[in-house]
Formats: sequence, C-alpha cells, structure tokens
Amino acid sequence: MSSVPFKDKLETFELNLGPQHPATHGVLRVVLTMDGEYIYDAEPVIGYIHRMHEKMGENRTWAQFLPNLGRLDYLSALSYNLGYVQLVEKMMHIEVPERAEYIRVITTEINRIASHLVWLGAFVMDLGGFTPLLYAFDDREEILDLLEAVTGSRLTYCYFRFGGCYNDVDDDFLQGCLKFCKRFYNRIDMYHKLVTGNIIFRQRMEGIGPIDADMCRRYGATGAQLRGAGVNYDVRKNEPYSVYPEMDFDIPVYTECDSMARYMVRMDEMVQSLRIIEQAVAKIPEGPVKAAKVPKMIKPAPGDYYHAVEAGRGTFAIRAVSDGKNKAYRMKLRSPTYSNISLFREASRGMLLSDALAMMGSLDLVIPDIDR
Amino acid sequence: MDVGVNLIQLAIYLGGFIGFAALNAAYLVWVERKGAARFQKRVGPKETGPFGLLQPPVDGIKLMTKQINIPEGVDKPLFILAPIISMVPAIMCFVTVPYSNSIVARDINIGLLLIFAFASVNILALMLAGWSSKNKYAVMSSARVVSQNIAYEIPMLVIAITIVMISGSLNLREIVDVQAGAFWNWNWLPFNGNFLGPITFILFYICSLAETNRAPFDLGECESELVAGFHTEYGGMGFGLFFMAEYANIVIGASLVTILFLGGWYSPLPESIPFLGASGIWWFFAKMYFLIWTVVWIRWTFPRMTVWGLLNLSWKILIPFSLFNLLASAGLLKFLG
Amino acid sequence: MAGYFKNIIDGTMSLISGMIITNKVCWQKDITLQYPHQTIKMTPRYRGHIQLVKDPETGTHSCISCGMCQKGCPSGCITVKGEKREGVKGKVLVQYDLDFTTCSLCGQCVENCRPGAIEFSLEYNLASPRKEDYHFDLLKRVEEQK
Repeated sequence: MSSVPFKDKLETFELNLGPQHPATHGVLRVVLTMDGEYIYDAEPVIGYIHRMHEKMGENRTWAQFLPNLGRLDYLSALSYNLGYVQLVEKMMHIEVPERAEYIRVITTEINRIASHLVWLGAFVMDLGGFTPLLYAFDDREEILDLLEAVTGSRLTYCYFRFGGCYNDVDDDFLQGCLKFCKRFYNRIDMYHKLVTGNIIFRQRMEGIGPIDADMCRRYGATGAQLRGAGVNYDVRKNEPYSVYPEMDFDIPVYTECDSMARYMVRMDEMVQSLRIIEQAVAKIPEGPVKAAKVPKMIKPAPGDYYHAVEAGRGTFAIRAVSDGKNKAYRMKLRSPTYSNISLFREASRGMLLSDALAMMGSLDLVIPDIDR
Repeated sequence: MDVGVNLIQLAIYLGGFIGFAALNAAYLVWVERKGAARFQKRVGPKETGPFGLLQPPVDGIKLMTKQINIPEGVDKPLFILAPIISMVPAIMCFVTVPYSNSIVARDINIGLLLIFAFASVNILALMLAGWSSKNKYAVMSSARVVSQNIAYEIPMLVIAITIVMISGSLNLREIVDVQAGAFWNWNWLPFNGNFLGPITFILFYICSLAETNRAPFDLGECESELVAGFHTEYGGMGFGLFFMAEYANIVIGASLVTILFLGGWYSPLPESIPFLGASGIWWFFAKMYFLIWTVVWIRWTFPRMTVWGLLNLSWKILIPFSLFNLLASAGLLKFLG
Repeated sequence: MAGYFKNIIDGTMSLISGMIITNKVCWQKDITLQYPHQTIKMTPRYRGHIQLVKDPETGTHSCISCGMCQKGCPSGCITVKGEKREGVKGKVLVQYDLDFTTCSLCGQCVENCRPGAIEFSLEYNLASPRKEDYHFDLLKRVEEQK
C-alpha cells in the first residue's frame, strides 16, 4: 500500500492536522499535502510549547535546573532525572552509594513501564480501540501509587539528587514492586490476547509504516524505532550506567521494520523491565542513599561533558559545557522524540492517512519532549 | 375500512413509533455509556438521577438549547437539510417493522424492500452533511461513508434475497411466520433451507454493523483521523439528530436481524411448554436488545478498521460467501422442490 | 485457498477471544474512585505546597530566616524576610510568602533548610480560578494552626 504514483501536485490539497487534533496527543501540527486519502507530503510543524529548557539550563545553577528535567518527557520523567544527576556526578566525581543506585534502577524501570503503558493505551486509542486505554491506566495507577509513596509526586518527579536520592525507600515499596510484577505478567498476557492477537489490529500494523535501520541512522531515531528495525542498540547495554551491568536482561529486537515490530519491542521491553525490577529488589543492599560528600556549591571543572541514558522513548543525552562557574555555559538536551518525529515526513510519504496516523502512534510522541 | 378511522390509527401508530424511536435513541446512549463504563471498570453517568437515568433528557435539553451555529461558507440549504434527511428515513423504517403478530403500523407486502430503500437514504444524508460542510475532514469522511455503504449493501441484499427465497415473501410478518415453532426453525440454522445458516447470520450482522456506521466500521466519524467526520461542523441539535439517527438505525438493524434470522416474536422453545413457550412482543424485544448489547460490546472491544481493510473484508469475504450461499440455497430449494 | 479459510478462522477466533476478555471484565467490580464523594488518604510523602513546621514544644515555627530556601528555589517563588529585634538572638521571621503558581515542587527548599523548619503539606484540593488563592502567607498559616 505504500507507493502510489503521484500525477500532478496541482491535484493535491492541504490538510492541517493539528495543533488541536485528537491524533496528535498534544500541540503538534502536521501540514499534510494530500492526494485524496494518500499523503503526498507531511511537514511536522513543531514549537508550539517550546519552553526554552536549554536556555533555562544556562541561567540556573546546576541544582536549580533539576526540576526542569521532569518536564521534558513527563511520562518517563525519572529517566531524565537520572541522566542529569549522573552527568553532574560524572563532572564532580561524586561516588553514589550502592543502595541509591539500586533505588534509581528500580524506580526508573517501573517508571518506564508506566510510560509504555500510556503509550499502549494511547496507541490503541489512535486505532479506535478505547478500552485498552482504561486497562493500561488501571495498571499505571498501581505504579503511580507506588511511586507517589516514594517520590511524593505522581507525574513530574524530582526524586534523584546529586549523589543519591531524595529519601530512602521502605519495605512497602519493594514488596509493592514485587506484587506489581506478579500482577503485570498476567496483564501482559491479557494485552496480548486483547490487542496483539486481534486480527483488525494486526491488519493495521503488519507491513505498515516501514522505518528501516538506514532511515533511523539518518534521522538519529533511537528507542523502539531502531530496535524494531533490527538494530540491537540500547544505551543500558551499549554504554552501561548505574548498576545495569549487574542485571540480567535482554534487549528485544525485531527485524520487520513495521509498526508491529515497534509495538512488539515496547511490549517485550515491559517484560524485561519487570525482570530488572525483580532482580534489583532481590539484590538491593542496605546502606545510605546519599553520598557523604556532596559539595554545597556545584562548580564543575571547565570542560565538555556528555551523558546518555535510555529513556522510555529512546536515547536521552545531555551535553553540558562548563566554564567553571556555578551555571552551565551551554546545555544541550538531546531528546529522543525530536529525532523520532523528524523521520515522519519521509516515512509517511505515499501512505494512507489512517496508516500514517497509526505509524505516528507507533512512534510514541510526547510533544513537550520534541519542543523542549 | 373507514378512511377516518384509518387515518386516526395511522396517526397513533406514527406518534407511537416516533416516540419509540426517540426514546430508544435517547436511552441507548445511556446504555452505551453505562456499557462502556462496565467494560472499562468504570461507573458511567451516575450524578443525574438514580443510575444516571436522567442523563438522556438532560443531554437532550442541553443540545436543544444550544445555539444553531452555521459556519460561514457552507452550502446552507443542504447543511440544514442533512440532519433531517438522516433522521426521517430512520423513523420511516419503524413503520413496517412487526413487533408481534398484531403490532405493526403498516403491514406492507414489500416491507423488506422498504426498509432497505429507506436505510440507504441515510447514506445520502451523511454524504450531504460532509459535502455541504466545507470542511476537508468532512468531505473525506463522506467519501468513505459512500464507498463503505455500497460495499456492504451488496452482501446484505444478497443474504436478504436468500431469506426471501426461503420464505417466499417480502412481507416481514410472513417472513417471521415461516420461522414459527422453536429455535431450530429459525433462519439462522440451516434446517430451513438457508444453506450456510449461522455463517450468513454472522455476515448479515456484520453488514448491518457496517450499514449503521458502528465500530469497528465507524470510518465516517473516526475521531482519531477525521476529528468527527461528517458532523465535524455540526453543533447543538444538528449533531443531536445525527446521533439519534445513528441509534435509531441500530434499533432498525437489530430488529431486521431479529426478524430475518431469529424468528421475530416467536419463543425459542416449542409452544407446548407453558409460559416460556408463549410467543409475544417480549421475545422480540429480548432478542433485539441482546443484539444491541452485542453492538455495544463490540464497539468497546475492537480497534477500528481501515478503509482498505473494510473493502477487502466486503469484496473478498462477505460477497463471495453470500453469493455462494444464495446459489447453494437456490439449488437446495429447487432440488427439494 | 486453504490459507484463505485459515485466515478467516484465525481472525474470527482472535475477535472472539478479545470479546471474552471484555465480557469477563464487564462483570468485575469497578475500580474508579468517585472523587468528591470518596477520597483516599494521601501518602505521608505526598508533596503539596510547602508549609512551616509547627514545633509542638515551642508552639511556633523554627525558621531562622536564613534565606537558604529562597536562594535555592529554582523559580523564585519564596520570599523570606526577617528582622533583628532587641533581646532576641538571631533574626525573627516577619514574612514567609509562597507564590505557588510557579512552584514545581522539587523539594530544594525542604532539603536546604538546616533547622528543618519547612515541610510539604498534604493539601491537594487546590483548584481555583483566581491567582490570589495560590499566594500563601505561610507565617500566618502556621500561627493559625492549632
């Protein structure tokens, strides 16, 4: 269905998809040049909620910039928190106690599941199925309750601190995590029966929306897009950080390059996250959750610093240039969704509108993360 | 019969059926919302009256008191006409539906044809609404609706012809009468001469879903692609009429399936069994509302199909099956004499 | 041809299994909380807006007006003013204002506070159409608290 001959550009019309449109999940606007129901050209227009996070990073002290990180990709806020605090720890050579690292891994992974659950619900809703959204939110609610008891907030977390975490977790949280894991294995089976197996769903997914490894490379797309295109790349394995090297988990890779592959990658990732959580809860040591020596004033030595983590939607990286002052000289946030939306124009060319929107759903866009 | 008496009788029936259609449309919205809530472990409307039962009248008042907003640049006469065209045939269809042996407004010889004729006017309304709206989403939606309905009317009619051949009548009351007795006499099983029995029943049910633009075939108003489809530009009672017409059409579709396949008002048990074996309007409503419940059930379970998936389903599966069934049933009838 | 029928049968089975799942859910108890009628207790770590801790021994707050919270706040939503008074050691707090409209609940102020004078409240019913409702006079709040 992907290629149709286009006769004349004069026979096309323009269609504004957004900024207020149910399929774009936020204020993304896509200017579509349509030939009937086929897309001739799709130009994403971004920047409707640009908040200058990078500039804010240059105007605030290192510690003051911390809450901003939860506002980029609000669905997997803890991964972004983690990336930033680890960057600062790298700059300042702060040793983090092991218990804090384990807490970070557990909370980040459970947050990743919550993030994928929102994607799952919203994605199936894009395809017209409303009920899985509510089931996914049912599960997500359990996670949010767990995280709320630890971090104090439900969405835009600001939990990690330079050299540790804001506060220690209690036994209730760890037991709650295990309980959730047990429950979620069954729920994953239910999702596979309800959604994955569904013939209508498969028809809309299989072979639709090809994004191959070459296209991912050219646009810098990461996350499920890349792994769904057969490239085994995950920052947790390729540039390990925190205590991930001690965990036994796999990176799901599918080679079909279609929407279904991206869907399956995310579904499998949730299972792998469960595995990580179970191992981390079993291994977590006793001890402090904050480094003993954290300098009051954070003034990194002049230099160019970079740190990447695997967030819910792909590689999130921060490049910070310090000139030795208490604020960053330059802060660059590499958000995964920005790269992922960039390929939409090329990938959607010649597709039917409904297929293109299904593909857009499989990219898992979070608009504040694009605009930063 | 006296002309005056005849007219009064007609007026009573007409008033009754409009009331029945409106009540059904209003309370099916409530059923839909409560059903959706059940399937999603929610509560649904509950603040207005007990179990939220006052929600439909409240919604109705809200829709009726809203300003009728006609956007600039629309084709005004058609824009106003479209919701009316969608509502009127839906009510007209109720006229020939026999709810029991005696409750039928007009016992017309070509009742089945009449229903199909009026049901297809509905598509005209949707097309006009989309066309006159001066909205690209609406135009795309109306194009989809037309291609979808053409694709689904063919298998639907072919299956209906099979039933007509078995019954030997286009009169809906007579079609039901042929199925008298217990459930094994109904047309959904092959014993009546409907060769593929249960399969055609399911195919007809799917077609009636597609005819009424219900999920998973609600391509006309798929909100994640076309905002609201053909009624994007409608507000207030214009939208309300489309909404009511949709539910009235669901009632018609479910009634038609009940009449053609599930033996109308006849009890599923033999008449010799006391009480449960008795036939009457309650059996008709029980079957009809069960079918409507499955419509709601399906809507809240499946994702939506695409245009090409839908056309594939129609032309590659439904039409071959229904044609084969028509030929096989015809052969069977001829062979059995 | 065999594939054609297999596809139809497999597809139908997948649809039926989906419908069985939703039907099962249909008979389960609902899980939503009817908010204004029902509420749940907030977890002790819930981050509402900040408030001054009332010390049960002295009956008042223990703020020393050092201004560390104000300095550390990323969005500058805290205003602390203290003044020197005769016969009292250190500064006396005269004003502690919180502009909750810009607060992002990061917890820097609570962490920076050396005497532990501020904490997160468990307040979550904070919807209001007026901006003034989000300007809290925390000093007045702690004095009114019993």
